[in-house]
Amino acid sequence: MQFSSLADFIAMGGHGFYVWLSYGVSAALLLGLVITSISNNKRIIKQIQQRQQREQKLKQAALNQQVMQQEQSLQEADS
Amino acid sequence: MWKWLHPYANPEVSYHFTGKLIPWFSKLTFVLLTIGIIWALLFVPADYQQGNSFRIFYLHVPAAMLSMGIYVGMAIAALSSLVWQIKLADASAAAMAPVGAVMTAIALFTGAAWGRPTWGTWWIWDARLTSELILLFLYLGVIALHNAFEDKTLAGKAAGILSLVGVVNIPIIKYSVEWWNTLHQGSTVSKLGAPSMSSEMYWPFLVCLLGFVCFISWVICIRFRNEVLARNAMRPWVRDYVKNVEVR
Repeated sequence: MQFSSLADFIAMGGHGFYVWLSYGVSAALLLGLVITSISNNKRIIKQIQQRQQREQKLKQAALNQQVMQQEQSLQEADS
Repeated sequence: MWKWLHPYANPEVSYHFTGKLIPWFSKLTFVLLTIGIIWALLFVPADYQQGNSFRIFYLHVPAAMLSMGIYVGMAIAALSSLVWQIKLADASAAAMAPVGAVMTAIALFTGAAWGRPTWGTWWIWDARLTSELILLFLYLGVIALHNAFEDKTLAGKAAGILSLVGVVNIPIIKYSVEWWNTLHQGSTVSKLGAPSMSSEMYWPFLVCLLGFVCFISWVICIRFRNEVLARNAMRPWVRDYVKNVEVR
């Protein structure tokens, strides 16, 4: 241990401001990079999922329409 | 001999492979950086000339070394993408650029904060500092080009050419302290086998450097997977994969 007290440790022999500024900004940059990378991952997966749901809905809508048309043509044939 | 590499050119295989690496890299990063930084802040003796500002060394030098290392890695990936049209190489180059940019920013910022008490100035337009600043601009240019085109193959080509041209800057950074008179001190640790510093200062540096290496590997893996997913969004394996992923 190079420091005898907490105050000594924070003061860093008069260089405290520069040392803590360096460590603080570096930690913020590293953390920010990790957090944005992980949240990007979630965003991309969510986007792909949403696109799939949209495709599913469109497919379902097209299917419904087909069924309706078939029913209609059947009714017309009946009457 | 190199055939074992072939499966990793498949996006699905490398997606799952890097997914298995991530927890290891994240744990190692946490352990090594905790040990290294406590060691550097509390137990390393103050430098006889620079006093306690020397503790900035343990962030500044690993970040600076990796800012150049990642650039070389990115340029190799860009070259293999341009020559052999390996799509995954494009994805990995795109994953490395932002990580390298952050390393460069840390190196520049901690350098300024170290220069103020040591040289009496935050910034000076000398060879080492200016060439490192140019490295940051190169990274930003590569990132911008990767995002400038809707077509990712075209974007990869443009960004790849810029990263290859920018390689010329790497030896300039490395040898700037020998070629020109500069305020920046010469290299302390990169002399192979004979670091010009005492072992009680050198060991914590190695721990911090290894911690930084694990950190960049961790983040590059995460970003590589993001790139692979985004580029293969229409493939069946991605469609099957995202069905089973819960996103909060």
